[in-house]
Amino acid sequence: MDFDVIVIGAGPGGYVTAIRASQLGLKTAIIERENLGGVCLNWGCIPTKALLKSGELYEQLDHLSDYGLAITGRSYDFTKVIERSRGVAKQLSSGVAFLMKKHKIEVIEGSAKLEKAAPAPKVVVALKAGGSRTLTAKHVILATGARARTIPAVGLVPDGERIWTYREAMVPKTAPKSMIVIGSGAIGIEFASFYRALGAEVTVIEALDRILPVEDEEVSKAAQKAFEKRGLKFRVAAKVSKLSKSKTGVSVALEAKGKAETLEAEVAIVAVGIDGNVEDMGLEALGLKIDRGHVVIDRHGVTNVPGLYAIGDVAGPPWLAHKASHEGVHCIEHIAGLKDSGLTAPIPGCTYANPQVASVGLTEAAAKAAGIEVKAGRFPFRVNGKAIAAGETEGFVKTVFDAKTGALIGAHMIGAEVTEMIQGFAIAMTLEATEEDLFETVFAHPTLSEAMHEASLDAYGRVLHI
Amino acid sequence: MSIDILMPALSPTMEEGTLAKWHVKPGDTVKAGDVIAEIETDKATMEVEAVDEGEIEAVLVPEGTEGVKVNAVIAKLKGEGDGAAPPPVKADAPKAEAAPAPKAEAAPAPKAEAAPAPAPAPAPQPAQTTAAPKTDGDRVFASPLARRLAQQAGLDLGGVTGSGPHGRIIKADIEAARGKAPAIAQPAGAAAAAGPRQVQSLEQQGIPAGSYDLIPLDGMRKTVARRMTDSFRDVPHFPLTIDIEIDGLLAARAKINALLEKDGVKVSVNDMVIKACAVALKRVPEANASYTPEGIAMHHHADIAMAVALDHGLITPIIRAAETKGLAQIAVETKDLAARARDKKLKPEEFQGGTFSVSNLGMFGIKSFASIINEPQGAILSVGVGEKRPVVKNGELAIATVMTVTLTCDHRVVDGSVGAKFLSALKPLLEEPLTMIV
Ligand SMILES: Cc1cc2nc3c(=O)[nH]c(=O)nc-3n(C[C@H](O)[C@H](O)[C@H](O)COP(=O)(O)OP(=O)(O)OC[C@H]3O[C@@H](n4cnc5c(N)ncnc54)[C@H](O)[C@@H]3O)c2cc1C
Repeated sequence: MDFDVIVIGAGPGGYVTAIRASQLGLKTAIIERENLGGVCLNWGCIPTKALLKSGELYEQLDHLSDYGLAITGRSYDFTKVIERSRGVAKQLSSGVAFLMKKHKIEVIEGSAKLEKAAPAPKVVVALKAGGSRTLTAKHVILATGARARTIPAVGLVPDGERIWTYREAMVPKTAPKSMIVIGSGAIGIEFASFYRALGAEVTVIEALDRILPVEDEEVSKAAQKAFEKRGLKFRVAAKVSKLSKSKTGVSVALEAKGKAETLEAEVAIVAVGIDGNVEDMGLEALGLKIDRGHVVIDRHGVTNVPGLYAIGDVAGPPWLAHKASHEGVHCIEHIAGLKDSGLTAPIPGCTYANPQVASVGLTEAAAKAAGIEVKAGRFPFRVNGKAIAAGETEGFVKTVFDAKTGALIGAHMIGAEVTEMIQGFAIAMTLEATEEDLFETVFAHPTLSEAMHEASLDAYGRVLHI
Repeated sequence: MSIDILMPALSPTMEEGTLAKWHVKPGDTVKAGDVIAEIETDKATMEVEAVDEGEIEAVLVPEGTEGVKVNAVIAKLKGEGDGAAPPPVKADAPKAEAAPAPKAEAAPAPKAEAAPAPAPAPAPQPAQTTAAPKTDGDRVFASPLARRLAQQAGLDLGGVTGSGPHGRIIKADIEAARGKAPAIAQPAGAAAAAGPRQVQSLEQQGIPAGSYDLIPLDGMRKTVARRMTDSFRDVPHFPLTIDIEIDGLLAARAKINALLEKDGVKVSVNDMVIKACAVALKRVPEANASYTPEGIAMHHHADIAMAVALDHGLITPIIRAAETKGLAQIAVETKDLAARARDKKLKPEEFQGGTFSVSNLGMFGIKSFASIINEPQGAILSVGVGEKRPVVKNGELAIATVMTVTLTCDHRVVDGSVGAKFLSALKPLLEEPLTMIV
């Protein structure tokens, strides 16, 4: 047996799992075919945040006069914006390399395939450097992540030129003047927000009847309004019937509310979801249970194949880096024989557009659908002192409590900095706080976070500043 | 070595109490048997005696502290040959070995070149992390939501095993415990189904702050509130009322007291009611019973609890096996128990338990009333005033001293016919007290 554990894929799921494995005294290897850090560090979470920062600053220059400041003219160097984003990704990727070394984790560069064996499948790696290596371990963890979903039937397939996925959208040579984004989840909205900030005409198409459909309905509504104020255009409840290339760009035929329409733009971004990386690894031959592109697991990440586990994006939604990491830690602690409850804590989700959106737990509608008697509270930033001082009065905080027990079961926010604030509610929910604990918690003044306190009070008719 | 003085358990079920008063201060010398403090539980005040001798080194829990957990260290005694000793290592119950899972060095972004100082390699820890005991000395660790759910379900957190970090009790544990709890205090899960009681503040109900004084709830008030609310809500109760002519009883009492005068004993009407109840319970044993989910407990003795009003509350000391005791003995016991109850000097075993209760408001002129069942007892007798009333005897109007008594029954054990049988057994005993001794 070469290793105790082999982790396949070095995204935030895989590399964190490997670190935890090493902490637990397990001899660990990690296999990566592309870049350490996976999608998250190289093509996802991190480089998009770098781009969005450039966009946000650029947009703010337009509002300097609101603060009594003045500049004449503004412009950007798109190449430098992209370069900065790549530099950030690279820095973090090499950070992961350092972490692997520090924890004495063997990094094997290459593409892994599995073969039937006991007690766990054998891992055959086609090495990047050429040749191959066969490895054995007591436990093998699949953390191979996911990629953009494509829908060839209606032309939602990247062509490397005008039809993009997030990968192409991250590194174009020039900034497009117009674009159509298909899909209004976090990824679609973030790119729309970024390119709009740089001045592109952007239309977002969403099949469901509201944008950011996983968010609370009130947030979706407020978000659409806020984005429209910035010049984004939306088509909701819209079905794309064909995406095709034209000479000058792309054209999208769609049907919205019974009306057919064709939109034209320079480029299109396909952001209609994620498919797990389950192909070409010999998983079928192992008889691994896979459901709609994702490996089927139990709460510890155990699959139906002995010795094989799966975590992160490849194991299903929510497709979030922090979910992948936590799932990995639970899985490896289970493997190491520690008592593991699985990932039961609520998982926050954030969209880093301008304004930001963040949420954790149940939406009001979902709670009601689950038969929970709900007490909901709201507080707008428009009357929050810090927000007014900072000139960031857009948005609100909404809380959802279980009326029977007083447990906080959901929190939803839109506005400046809310992606930093949401952790407060995540901690409260993880510690199983009730309304009283939130009432008792002292929030510093003046902060945007005070809106969290007020929204909690509001759910019980005790809001102070409205 | 200094010696820990621990919060004593005044009864097997006591979990916490109020440190009412210190009789010593640091520097005082005590010997075994000296009273060092007074502890108040929801039911009684007890004196704590020193077990060892020595000098009080430190008083760790200030007077008036509520909710001091049993076995918490409340003071330290300087042992012999202990100079100005350095603070000794607490010889506490073994603390939960917090099983420190090596912390993940959550450093997703170290610069490759500027490596942070290497953290000490966390010890590999492949062993099972057992859920550490949830008590760290004296605190029960539970999430706020778990506490509330337990309270709503009437569950005692002390009996719940925590599965959260460091053995913390979390929501899932309460749900698990509720699923299998025998729920003696929670018959038929009624409260659980009823959900929490939403209590509005007085202000919300239109009584402005400042228009009243607030007396803090003491342990006894809380206990009365909790036990009576639980009982009234959860026990299916009904009253049965009957009139009893007590001229014969009063005459007998006068005779008995004349006989006992030399012994300084005086039998009250209530003593005779207690005795009669005990005898009636022996004759109708189904009324001397408690409902439990496992079955009906048929009590061997008639342990009669008598309600004693205190300045701010009430307590029910018990005449054990009253069916075996003579009136004189009952009279002596009730007098002593009542006196000590008013001084809050009862021992827990003197007021805990009991199979039947008697509550008497006759001295206030109350004609009839129906008490709330004192769980887990099956019935309680409420005794009204004995007064002259017109009665019909042999078709003619006459005057008799009549006392109305009401039996509140727990229908789960005492059905209507059983309650009626008990009252019909009780009535002749009180109307013809001589029959008590046959
Ligand atoms: C544009 C964009 C923005 C995003 N923004 C956010 C965000 O803000 N916050 C957030 O939480 N999430 C975000 N995500 C999602 C996040 O990136 C993923 O949830 C996360 O990367 C999943 O981690 P993972 O470890 O499961 O998989 P990945 O990060 O996908 O890593 C899997 C790795 O496995 C490797 N691999 C696959 N197959 C093999 C094989 N056979 N052999 C060897 N190696 C293999 C891949 O090369 C890859 O490096 C974003 C995603 C995108 C696309």
